[in-house]
Amino acid sequence: MKFQPVIGLEVHTQLKTGSKIFCGCSTTFGSEPNSQTCPVCLGLPGALPVLNKKVVEFAIKAGLATNCIIAHHSVFARKNYFYPDLPKGYQISQLEEPICRKGWLDIQLEGQEAKRIGITRIHMEEDAGKLVHGDVPGLDDGSGVDLNRACTPLLEVVSEPDLRSSDEAVAYLKRLHRIVTWLGICDGNMEEGSFRCDANISVMPVGSDTLGTRAEIKNVNSFKFVKQAIDYEIQRQIALIEDGGSVVQETRLFDPNSGTTRSMRSKEEAHDYRYFPDPDLVPLVIDADWVQHAHKELPELPEHRRQRFITELGLPEYDAEVLTASRGVADYFEECVAFHHNAKAVSNWLMSEVTRALNDSGAAIDACPVIPSQLAELIKMIDKGAISGKIAKTVFEEMWKNGGEPQAIVEKRGLAQVSDSGAIEAIIDEVIAANMAQVEEFRGGKEKVLGFFVGLVMKASRGKANPALVNELLLAKLKVQ
Amino acid sequence: MKITVADVEYVARLARLALSKAETELFAGQMDAILGYVDKLNELDTADVRPTSHAVPMENAFREDAVNPSIGVEKALANAPDRVDSFYRVPKVIE
Repeated sequence: MKFQPVIGLEVHTQLKTGSKIFCGCSTTFGSEPNSQTCPVCLGLPGALPVLNKKVVEFAIKAGLATNCIIAHHSVFARKNYFYPDLPKGYQISQLEEPICRKGWLDIQLEGQEAKRIGITRIHMEEDAGKLVHGDVPGLDDGSGVDLNRACTPLLEVVSEPDLRSSDEAVAYLKRLHRIVTWLGICDGNMEEGSFRCDANISVMPVGSDTLGTRAEIKNVNSFKFVKQAIDYEIQRQIALIEDGGSVVQETRLFDPNSGTTRSMRSKEEAHDYRYFPDPDLVPLVIDADWVQHAHKELPELPEHRRQRFITELGLPEYDAEVLTASRGVADYFEECVAFHHNAKAVSNWLMSEVTRALNDSGAAIDACPVIPSQLAELIKMIDKGAISGKIAKTVFEEMWKNGGEPQAIVEKRGLAQVSDSGAIEAIIDEVIAANMAQVEEFRGGKEKVLGFFVGLVMKASRGKANPALVNELLLAKLKVQ
Repeated sequence: MKITVADVEYVARLARLALSKAETELFAGQMDAILGYVDKLNELDTADVRPTSHAVPMENAFREDAVNPSIGVEKALANAPDRVDSFYRVPKVIE
């Protein structure tokens, strides 16, 4: 029997606010344990939560960018359970009236049609604290609780079970990751847990319209692990069914070391969260004006920009995709093009030299030492024939290391391209005189030797000779008997 | 009976309460009486009434996104029964 996997994802994105969702404690990552806490996020008796307005603004942005309906009326609810990282004994979340509903995102796998993935809902909630096991001296047989993360704002984005493979799941996640980082509402740092995913997975016989029993895999925090976890889980469920067994509805944990998932016994107890509206938080009412205002404040979204790069700037699809991977790259690109209207050349430079230098130094595009006007100027100099493409790379390295305008570097280091045919001819004459054997070979019909001569001439000119001119003059001289 | 002994045992387990058999039976009777009383509301036609989540007619209470000083590790841990360094220490939680 052939099986069809069915996957839905729940993504938790940590919002880039300065303070927590219901109190003024800082959300900075990596501080001393419990140093960013107060009566509200410690769940002390009598403390009252007050909603951070920015969380609502971010949620509206996320909703609009994923084609959701923004709820006019929404309510916070308490999700009750006991766990040492949850000081109040309940998590403030949203259940029946989330802030956003019924959205979608399009994904596209290579060589396939675009596919629309439904988004059931997006809701606001607070994060729990962090548990530490073993790696603190003196902890021995206990666990440590750090409540700095408790009450940090999260958006949970719940997809419809529209995904049919691990590749589709990863494509969807990447699209969502790009949107939240593009909007500037989440830093997207998966290692620090700012963007993490739970996957609901089931399998059913191909052609069936009855969903199988699903297992939920918790907290997977890299694209690679999501793919591994889903692939493993699909195979596990199919093997189970083929052996005459059946899938149990349970929560499972992915182990990156073995690439497998295992049952989480601690969460086996039936979930009964006894949700009810939180009486400490008044309902949220978002009117049309607010939504309209948020709409106006949205940046041009990646998908729209990608299309525009193709239609307006004439870039190939591949380039447009790469250049809209992040808003920083897209902005940098467009700034360059504003200075020098050669989109394809700017694109080439961004995808090769600039990307390589950024990767080597580990810097982000917004910290790029070569600013857009300088890169544009450098490319302009190539286009005008003032320097060769090869010399431009040397100039770029210099700009990267020590800063400075390309023109000044070219002048200071005497790198300007030599297009004076007299000077080039003089070099050619020397080279020819010193390599008569190769000249004979060329004249005997071995035209490949031309490359050998071009190399020598370029070397003798220290890369500055205009390559097109060198070719032209060399051919003329070599052909003359 | 709206509330049975089994219901009380279930809710007590969720709330981590250890009730004696006598308490369980006592609470089952009391809770049943309470729900029975509230059940009178079902005699009213509430088809057009929106479920009430809040008793006070108020909406949109916000704070701006500004960081305020926290209370500090020592104060945060002052009432903790057990600690290690700056962590609360709890019985081992194993996943």
